Amino acid sequence: METSSSSSSSSSSSSCMKWSCENGYQPHVLAVDDNLVDRKLVEKLLKNSSCKVTTAENGASALEFLGLLDEHNQHTNFEECSNRSKVNMIITDYCMPGMSGYELLKKIKRSSMMKEVPVVVVSSENVPTRINKCLEEGAEMFMLKPLKQSDVVKLKCHFMN
Amino acid sequence: MEVGLMRRQWIQYIEGLIHEGTLDGQYLQLLQLQDESNPTFVSEVVTLFFEDTEELLNKLRIAISQPPVDFKKIDDHVHQLKGSSSSIGALRVKNACIDFRSACEQQSPDWCSRCLQQVEQEFYGVKEKLSYLYAQLEKRILNAGGSIPADLSF
Repeated sequence: METSSSSSSSSSSSSCMKWSCENGYQPHVLAVDDNLVDRKLVEKLLKNSSCKVTTAENGASALEFLGLLDEHNQHTNFEECSNRSKVNMIITDYCMPGMSGYELLKKIKRSSMMKEVPVVVVSSENVPTRINKCLEEGAEMFMLKPLKQSDVVKLKCHFMN
Repeated sequence: MEVGLMRRQWIQYIEGLIHEGTLDGQYLQLLQLQDESNPTFVSEVVTLFFEDTEELLNKLRIAISQPPVDFKKIDDHVHQLKGSSSSIGALRVKNACIDFRSACEQQSPDWCSRCLQQVEQEFYGVKEKLSYLYAQLEKRILNAGGSIPADLSF
């Protein structure tokens, strides 16, 4: 089950997937989750959909990868600038110790450099207030864990073209 | 024994685990992620789950035995375990975690102890059953040059 802010049409999925395969398009996804098993799974799901994957185990390392740790100086080093320019989508778990997925979402959406990148929030819990506040803060979609291959195919079609 | 028979026995074994509620449909989803390029993906992830859970159970035993009991910390650990057990399809472990979280909410040390015992029981149960699956039933299929079934329709 998923909740999304935009309506989706399943008929577009198969033609979209075909286009992606023919063009050898490999979107780069940053997946953030404190749970090791879930990180392995999301990585596999994404790789099965021909995505390049970077995983992070918390919000702070995600921000570090994107070069957003220092809020006042977001033009950090070349490597970080290059990292964030390649990321086509961010998938983050909601419940994480320290910085939650919601807080990470806010930081990304409020940064001048990364606010256009689609962020998808995932959670094992279906809490309407949680879903709404993520969507309001600019998350493209909120999905329930565990994710399936079909969920990832859908994400690729909608947000990574 | 020929590979076809090994595969059929594997299927029957998995069917049995699903039927008795040890595993749920999520495990079948994981099997669909496995292929020739990575024929042991599922057993690798599940092994990670076993290792991760052993650590969590240790932390839980320590947290429960040290008064004053930190129910928030215990709940955090159980939440983690509920997540990972759900992700690999270990249904009974997940359900035991759901109960455990209620016990944390009620802040009952006795109930929490009982829940921990239940979680341990379910975890060691599924660990034993899946370890057998990987070490015996899957190993012989792979050694015989066969592949582990991916698409099971029950």
